[in-house]
Amino acid sequence: MLKYLLRRLGVAVLVALTVSVITFSLIYLSGDPAIALAGDSASNEEIEHIRKAYGYDRPIIVQYGDWLARAAQGDLGRSHYLKANISDVILTRLPNTLILALCAISFALVLAIPLGVAAAIRPNSLIDRFALSLAVVGQALPSFWFALILIFFLGIQLRWLPITGTDSWMNFIMPAIALGYYVTPGVMRLTRAGMLEVLSSDYIRTAKAKGLRPPAVLFKHALRNAIIPVVSLAAVQFGFMLGGSIVIETIFAINGLGFLAWETIQRADLPMMQAIVLVLSCFYIVITFLADMLNAFLDPRIRVT
Amino acid sequence: MTPQDATTTAPGIPPAAAAILEPSPMAQLRRRVFGHYGILIGGAVLGIIFLVAIFAPYLTPYHPILDQDLANALKPPFWHDSPKYDPAYPLGTDLQGRDYLTRLIHGSRISLLIGFSAMLISGVIGTTLGVAAGYFGGRVDMVVNFLITTRLSMPVVLVALAVVSLVGSSLWIVIWVLGLLIWDRFAVVMRSTTMQVRNLDYVAAAQACGCSTLRIVMSEILPNVANHLIVVATLEMAHAILLEAALSFLGLGVQPPAPSWGLMISEAKGMMFFDAWLIGVPGTALFALILSINLLGDGVRDVTAPENRN
Repeated sequence: MLKYLLRRLGVAVLVALTVSVITFSLIYLSGDPAIALAGDSASNEEIEHIRKAYGYDRPIIVQYGDWLARAAQGDLGRSHYLKANISDVILTRLPNTLILALCAISFALVLAIPLGVAAAIRPNSLIDRFALSLAVVGQALPSFWFALILIFFLGIQLRWLPITGTDSWMNFIMPAIALGYYVTPGVMRLTRAGMLEVLSSDYIRTAKAKGLRPPAVLFKHALRNAIIPVVSLAAVQFGFMLGGSIVIETIFAINGLGFLAWETIQRADLPMMQAIVLVLSCFYIVITFLADMLNAFLDPRIRVT
Repeated sequence: MTPQDATTTAPGIPPAAAAILEPSPMAQLRRRVFGHYGILIGGAVLGIIFLVAIFAPYLTPYHPILDQDLANALKPPFWHDSPKYDPAYPLGTDLQGRDYLTRLIHGSRISLLIGFSAMLISGVIGTTLGVAAGYFGGRVDMVVNFLITTRLSMPVVLVALAVVSLVGSSLWIVIWVLGLLIWDRFAVVMRSTTMQVRNLDYVAAAQACGCSTLRIVMSEILPNVANHLIVVATLEMAHAILLEAALSFLGLGVQPPAPSWGLMISEAKGMMFFDAWLIGVPGTALFALILSINLLGDGVRDVTAPENRN
């Protein structure tokens, strides 16, 4: 287990370093970051001033090393636009994104796993067909359009739920649905496939033959094994949600990292842009690493290979 | 309806004759395809959208961008029982008085072009990486796995938005950015399927014959993983179309006045209180397009899966 953990940790660190290089070079896509920061109407002196102030006049390797060393200590630099420490801004915005992603993944799992189990118990039944068509429709629904539909019906027509902001828990219902439903088809299919496979295995037949009650067989013996791949998928999707909530947060004006990212891109705040990409990527790396550890814990076979 | 009905041996016919009477593999495949509702519906809808995209300029008398008429702005569509309805504009007009049907029709060109091109770019990258990893294994596999993990850890929408905002947005920039970002699933699937195929006897036979690696990959591996490739291709085409719509919706994809469906939804979201159909129309088109591509992909997977053959 320790060997597996160390190897997996090494890969995670290497991935994080590669991501940091890509993220760092991102700002050079525009050509000269000093010009991009100064804006179109800036004079040559202003551009030179910004170049010096941000250290863009140093060799790129030195800039990268400095940036990485500071980032490792939690200092992501200053946003010239917000006149604030980037780390502080990100920390104040982070909770909303985390809450939203947690609500969304919970919604997805609560909907998808029971449906997947029910579909697997009776393949080709009405409920199986219903679950499958829900998956097909769900996969084809553009999330930003679905969010607007939710706003139109639940927010404007029925006035049940608030449309924007983060004032109460009610504000998170629609965004969580809009963000979470997109994950349900994948989770449901995986649960269904896993349950179908497990239910036809020998040890389930043994459990049934011993005379265990069907719920015990289903939940204690079958679901526990079928759910292992779902753990990985849910972790990956949770990571995607943290980075993918940008559309949903923008629509519902939720003051989280995604909304911050959108604002940042609009105002070409390059250091902030770098920082957000780096932070979200690192989140994903940490989450998938933890999920792998959890999986290795749940399924001893993984540790060996 | 199942192919089984057709191939079961009738009583009294000797087995040898039954083998001759059995339909050819091609006929069986055809029967499976035409018995699959997903393929029929998905194919029909996608075919119609494809034809509409090709013949777009001949389908309506208006130009999607130039025919503006502010006096005719926000005409309602035909299902609104309103005196303002004008039969010259069946789906109404947008805020600039442009015919909504015309913009919808021309929007299909943008979606299909972006979806197909981005899928092609990501397909070439992902398939090359995936097949190399699966075929050579070892170090190559490690490197490709590392690339896939790195790619997956970068949030697609965010990176695409950042790059487009820095490089500038045009149709082809959006296509290249998406194509360079979404190759991961191609690589993952091609890697695992190639691994399965490469240990089969006919690959060993080709190696024994002295075939070059390129030839083995091209004529032994690729044809045998083609069905998986097609399924991933449909998924990624749908993915690219959705991403383009999302980028355009956020204002950093295709730029106005182009009639991109995502952009049309974005332009209409301010008028959602009174003119919700402005969002409903392009959204439904987007939904129908993605649904048809997904149905087709699911169908191809069902029809070509070996376990569904008999």
